[in-house]
Amino acid sequence: MKAQPAHIRRPPAGRSTFFKRLWAMIVKEFIQLKRDRLTLAMIVVIPLMELLVFGYAINMTPRHLPLAVLSADDSDLARDFIAAVRNTGYFDIRAEVTTEAEAERLIRSGRVIALLQIPPGFGRKLRRGVRPQVLLVTDATDPVTTSGAVSAITALGPRVFPRALRGPHRDLLYKPPPFELIVQKRYNPAGKTAINIVPGLIGVILTMTMLVFTGLAVTREVERGTMEALLATPLRPVEIMLGKIAPYIIVGFVQLAIIMSAGRLLFGVPLFGPPAVLLLFTLIFIAANLAMGYTISTIARNQLQAVQMSFFFFLPSILMSGFMFPFHGMPLWARVIGEMLPLTHYLRIVRGIMLKGAGFADLAREGFALLVFMLAVMIIAVLRFRCTLD
Amino acid sequence: MTADTAASGKEGDARAEGPADAAGAAEYVIDVRNLRKSFAGREVVHGIALKVRRGEIYGFLGPNGSGKTTTIRMLCGLLTPDAGEGHCLGYDILRESRQIKLHVGYMTQQFSLYADLTVLENLAFMARVHGMPQPLALARKKAEEMGLADRMHQLAGTLSGGWKQRLALTACTLHEPELLLLDEPTAGVDPRARRDFWNSIHALAAKGVTVLVSTHYMDEAERCHELAYIYNGRILARGPVRRIMAESGLFAYAVSGPQKRLEALAERLQKENAVEIATFRGEALHLAGRDRERLQATVKEICAHNDLSCQPAEPTLEDVFIHFMNTAGGRAQITGAIAPDEKAREAGS
Repeated sequence: MKAQPAHIRRPPAGRSTFFKRLWAMIVKEFIQLKRDRLTLAMIVVIPLMELLVFGYAINMTPRHLPLAVLSADDSDLARDFIAAVRNTGYFDIRAEVTTEAEAERLIRSGRVIALLQIPPGFGRKLRRGVRPQVLLVTDATDPVTTSGAVSAITALGPRVFPRALRGPHRDLLYKPPPFELIVQKRYNPAGKTAINIVPGLIGVILTMTMLVFTGLAVTREVERGTMEALLATPLRPVEIMLGKIAPYIIVGFVQLAIIMSAGRLLFGVPLFGPPAVLLLFTLIFIAANLAMGYTISTIARNQLQAVQMSFFFFLPSILMSGFMFPFHGMPLWARVIGEMLPLTHYLRIVRGIMLKGAGFADLAREGFALLVFMLAVMIIAVLRFRCTLD
Repeated sequence: MTADTAASGKEGDARAEGPADAAGAAEYVIDVRNLRKSFAGREVVHGIALKVRRGEIYGFLGPNGSGKTTTIRMLCGLLTPDAGEGHCLGYDILRESRQIKLHVGYMTQQFSLYADLTVLENLAFMARVHGMPQPLALARKKAEEMGLADRMHQLAGTLSGGWKQRLALTACTLHEPELLLLDEPTAGVDPRARRDFWNSIHALAAKGVTVLVSTHYMDEAERCHELAYIYNGRILARGPVRRIMAESGLFAYAVSGPQKRLEALAERLQKENAVEIATFRGEALHLAGRDRERLQATVKEICAHNDLSCQPAEPTLEDVFIHFMNTAGGRAQITGAIAPDEKAREAGS
């Protein structure tokens, strides 16, 4: 063995070099972090996104809930009452309907969240001092959404008719409310949270798992080196995409079956609507999320990036779809973002079918939105897919 | 958009036979000119031309990073050339890459089959992708033919290097391609598996399959009918092995003696013009150069001064290629192999 040259001193391997080695690790981690743009973006964007969503978008006592009015009385008092309801700021009147069937359809399809029903002879009865009944039907599939609005209307009472009730009727103002408000919590009368959460969970779980399944699909092939052999075969991009998506549709349906059975057995969550319609729309929803994941994996350069990108899609889906917080409580910009997420539409579908007994016609709009999302994302994926290694 | 989607419109077997190529297409399976390719502004293939005859085993030699893989990928439509033109199996390499993919078997440098599928499952998958009738039966038959019968149900990821390579060769020949493009198929494989592999290649060629095989093993070059030596994206020499050797005009000597003195000598010889190549071969220092007289004089003088013995030796193919590299501009190192670090890395992986 050769003698060691005098100028090379071997460092001792003890504790004295602990910090040197630690420093080496820290420096290396920072260099890698600096090169990893997406992680850097996460460091900045995630906190900002959460701050914006929680600070501005989420509102637990939502205002401007879509309301349908079915008024059988054309008196000034009825009109005053409707105006007062609007002025609370809790409701936006989206439709004035004339038949109960029409009103029913609107609330079942989720286009309105509440229905105000004013009986015939409302004004006359009110003037006579016979407290007329006003019916407020609320969609209680999400009990949080309407609670604030209901108490606001209950409190309306005396202040509604200061001008109309003058003279001999003046004393009516001071009696406890001149009308009787009957609130009917539709679809979930007991206000059980599980009833609301379980159907929503179907959507959330499907979003999360489907996204990850295909999100890794392409990047995994690239990372393992199998993509090169795949590209050298006559397979077309569309064939690769559909081949990657199709198997997981079955997986998605297995998950649907598990959650629905558990929801029924453990929490008594019902299924009122037609199962075939639920299956059809769920199929589109699963395919939409798989296509989204696949698109991510054509953009991401490795599996870690794919997971990070999925997170950027998953987080707004959870927060802004109406799953965690009332959709109608969010400002317009947040609702616009929400409308672009498949989960938003699927929540309306799954709650509508399971809890409200809604059918195909009620939810066709939401299903169509899912279909458009799915096709758009698939087209992007096929265009993004590189058939060569360029 | 890629060339693939552009060509996917015509599915038929319409081979492009331009008037000029009508006769050439039959003789040359690969006929490309002036292929160029850059990555991130750096050109790695500078105008390569290649002609390969039907049924030929064509060796593609060169160090790592010389552009072999890039050229092969351009031939089978995995990369779009920046410039150049030509045909592969009579199909235009720019516009008909999909047709090329149907008739070419491409074996990638890296093992690119599914580690979590068995041998049989991998083969059946490839057979199905190529639309072969009765894919499972075909996969089983081919596996047996290639000696994979005992390993049919083993996961591909658990195979050793030699078996992986044999599986990969089976997979890329399942659809009976007319042309095989093999990218460093024997890297990191033991000598016996390499020999078996080359026997399979020759058997395929005997059946009329054209084979383009890249390698950086010199001994494999001698198994090819024809060679092209590529360095820095340019072909420096081409032709049958014997002719390349003869044309190089190299002469060689082997100097032997005490190791220490040889080491010192090797260092000194780098500055000597007459000695182009100085390599250790076992105990001896192998010297080669083009100018016979001066080489002889230099070697004789050195041996006399340092008390070493010398005798004439055969120049090797490696000498020839290092000579080509030197004249092309790069100064070769005094090392045995062309790229020892690469070899070590691949053997380890």
